[in-house]
Amino acid sequence: MPRPALRLAVELDGDGAHPAAWRRAAHAPGELLSPRRLARTAAAAENAGFTLVTLDDSILPPASGAGPVGRIGAVERAAFVAASTSVVGVAPVVATTYAEPFHVSSQLSSLDHVSAGRAGWVVGAEEDPSAARAWGRPLVEGPEALAREARDGVRVVRDLWDSWEDNAVIRSVATSRYLDRERLHAVDFTGETYSVKGPSIVPRPPQGRPVVLARQGLVPAELTDVALVGGTTAKETGAAGDAAKAAGVPLAFAEIEVALDTPRDTARERIADLERYSPWEERPGRLRYTGSAEGLVVLLAELAASVDGVRLLPLVLDEDLSVLSRLVLPELFVRRLATRPLPGTTLRTSLGLPRPASRFATATTLVREETR
Amino acid sequence: MTRTDPTDVPRPDARLHFGVFFQGVNHWTIWSDPSSGSQIDPASFLRVARTAERGLFDAFFLGDGQRLRESEGGIHELDVAGRPDSITQLSALAAGTDRIGLVSTSNTTYNEPADLARRLSGLDLLSGGRAGWNMVTTHNAWTGENFRRGGFLDHADRYTRAEEFLSVARAVWNGWSEEAVAASADARSWSVPGAVGRVRSRGAHFDVDLAPTLPRSAQGHPVIFQAGDSGEGRDFGARNADVIFSAHGLDFDDALGFAEDLRRRLRAAGRPEGALRILPGTEIIIGATEKEAEEKARWVRLEQVTPAVALGIAGRLWNIDLSGRDADGPLPAEDPVIAEYTGKFGSSRFRDTLATVAEWRAKAEANGWSLREAVIELGPQRGHVGTPAGLAEKFARFVRYGAVDGFNVSPYLVPEGLDDIVDLLVPELQERGVYRTAYTGTTLREHLGLAPVE
Ligand SMILES: Cc1cc2nc3c(=O)[nH]c(=O)nc-3n(C[C@H](O)[C@H](O)[C@H](O)COP(=O)(O)O)c2cc1C
Repeated sequence: MPRPALRLAVELDGDGAHPAAWRRAAHAPGELLSPRRLARTAAAAENAGFTLVTLDDSILPPASGAGPVGRIGAVERAAFVAASTSVVGVAPVVATTYAEPFHVSSQLSSLDHVSAGRAGWVVGAEEDPSAARAWGRPLVEGPEALAREARDGVRVVRDLWDSWEDNAVIRSVATSRYLDRERLHAVDFTGETYSVKGPSIVPRPPQGRPVVLARQGLVPAELTDVALVGGTTAKETGAAGDAAKAAGVPLAFAEIEVALDTPRDTARERIADLERYSPWEERPGRLRYTGSAEGLVVLLAELAASVDGVRLLPLVLDEDLSVLSRLVLPELFVRRLATRPLPGTTLRTSLGLPRPASRFATATTLVREETR
Repeated sequence: MTRTDPTDVPRPDARLHFGVFFQGVNHWTIWSDPSSGSQIDPASFLRVARTAERGLFDAFFLGDGQRLRESEGGIHELDVAGRPDSITQLSALAAGTDRIGLVSTSNTTYNEPADLARRLSGLDLLSGGRAGWNMVTTHNAWTGENFRRGGFLDHADRYTRAEEFLSVARAVWNGWSEEAVAASADARSWSVPGAVGRVRSRGAHFDVDLAPTLPRSAQGHPVIFQAGDSGEGRDFGARNADVIFSAHGLDFDDALGFAEDLRRRLRAAGRPEGALRILPGTEIIIGATEKEAEEKARWVRLEQVTPAVALGIAGRLWNIDLSGRDADGPLPAEDPVIAEYTGKFGSSRFRDTLATVAEWRAKAEANGWSLREAVIELGPQRGHVGTPAGLAEKFARFVRYGAVDGFNVSPYLVPEGLDDIVDLLVPELQERGVYRTAYTGTTLREHLGLAPVE
């Protein structure tokens, strides 16, 4: 059986992956924070055939020094994007380091409702101590504590999504009951640092659970739908994908920073131009590709042997997105190396993930369903 | 009713403002009717918001409640429940609407100022300056069980926290100076050096230090709404709010009394009278004739107060489980059980239980009402009932005499419940010169006729 084709995700935060990307953007710097620009970028990604767009976030400014210090919250941007697109999945980065898991659950559940089942969640972690001061919360320090807050956060959020069974809203005129309380569940989570009662205030999301994406190792495999993996070489990246799947994560996506040749400048020239202002520092766990569209297709074909998808982080959105959409994605689709999402399907369906049953759904409620 | 003579009314040029309150959790939204749609489907929200926009409404509102209601030892089952996170839902509506204000009810107790201020700012920017924040102060311990902090706050601390919260939020919103972003890519840095301030605030409730990440919107920052009725609540509103979302909009004298009380508090706070709009929540039931309107109102009440709902409401008043009784029979013969007031149902209406029950008994006996009829007649009255012309006259009087600045309308049906208000009542109001005929601004602040933010 041939391996299923790659799913394609793209990061749309800011003006691109390079800290100086804003200098090559096709708009005035302040326009970055406008709804027009956001809608335009999202439409470009959707029309290109991406399955998913991701939106980075933090309570802290995205850059220090010369880079953009402005950013609208990822959940708000995601909801706006969801309402101005119809096919592409939308996944904001949300950290549960300091945020309330109860609010995070409602926000992501609501994103799934407003997008008719196209929501994902990139689990984040607020590593910078300044985030604690911005929130006014006690500092969460060190990899272990950060992982604990991420893990507990995801656990609570998932439980809250499950806390309304699919048919909890019964609208039974005969008994005068809008809800069936038997199909609503307290999550009764008690962790090391807090507890949450539940149930959610939002009915179960259309996908059951929005798709959870997380950097490999941040949250336990059984709580993750898509592991974001990387390495310094294609080989390392492929091995990381294999490792994530061996650990039990259903899907692995390679994260790749891309700088592409454009009709006017080569990728190298474009990078060199931006390096005059600030360096593009290597991020461990992220592959970087610099060069032609054809070369990227070759790289993705190689990666397709060990990962299920890729998340591309373009150097400059206004430049690279158009090369991706004119030259890279069409070639991937023609060669059946990647698929584009079908209208009317949920993100889970596009990714080939099953729709999970609520973990609270009991045999009796399931039986009752069938006899209705 | 005679037409008001514009020469002897205090505010001959006053205009009525409408908001629509998509309630989400309540027993007033009829869910049993075949025309009642989904309460969570995005299409329902969009349909209501676009209808309101067609009717030149100022704002679309969402409520807040961070724990499902409970009754008889379990989740309350009878009424509409479950709703989206408001800022997320409104951010989606920002893309699907053009002019209407988008107001999120968000509480100051289970949120943190840096985070909430940023989310509201994002909504404000995405909507081109159409965001509003209805500040509420939910405090009950049972909501606290859903949050890291657990159950708190004391009644006395609610408004001090709210006040401190708002001052941090305002600092976050005002953190960027007007020309904070570089005009072109050749600048030394993306932001103009020194143009983005830091917010450092240390008070009884918050100790924060952050760099705000957003500029001001087209309207400066979100419009502040306030809903809370105690003396502290009213003073808080008079000091801080642009709009009061009140529960005093049914009876003219009550509304005027509330408005005058607020204006007094406003003056005491050193703010000009024009700084505040008062929009009571209401329901509007329209018929072609008075008789038809009354019949429709009767139908609405019976759909809202089903026998089970009536038993639930009376059960909470009597503090006795009445399920299984006959709602169409007489009032319970037993005396009510007096328990410590817990605030669990978020209402003080039932505090004086004995007197209330005695009054219900007397009135039911005098009028021959069943229990359900007593609940319908004596429970909180909700709305204005009449013909489009009659209601337009009545509302013109309300607004021209300064009793209200408008209404925040809760449709009893979703998503079509606003249609007759927009199609029938709005034209009558326009004919009387008491309602706008087009949006003249693009921001919520402009719709409400509020002064620009300094
Ligand atoms: C018209 C109106 C609407 C309100 N809506 C909400 C709401 O959606 N969510 C909420 O938690 N509280 C809501 N409240 C409650 C108030 O925020 C406040 O907690 C309550 O009125 C008690 O405060 P008080 O003692 O000042 O009246 C509302 C109050 C009023 C008067």
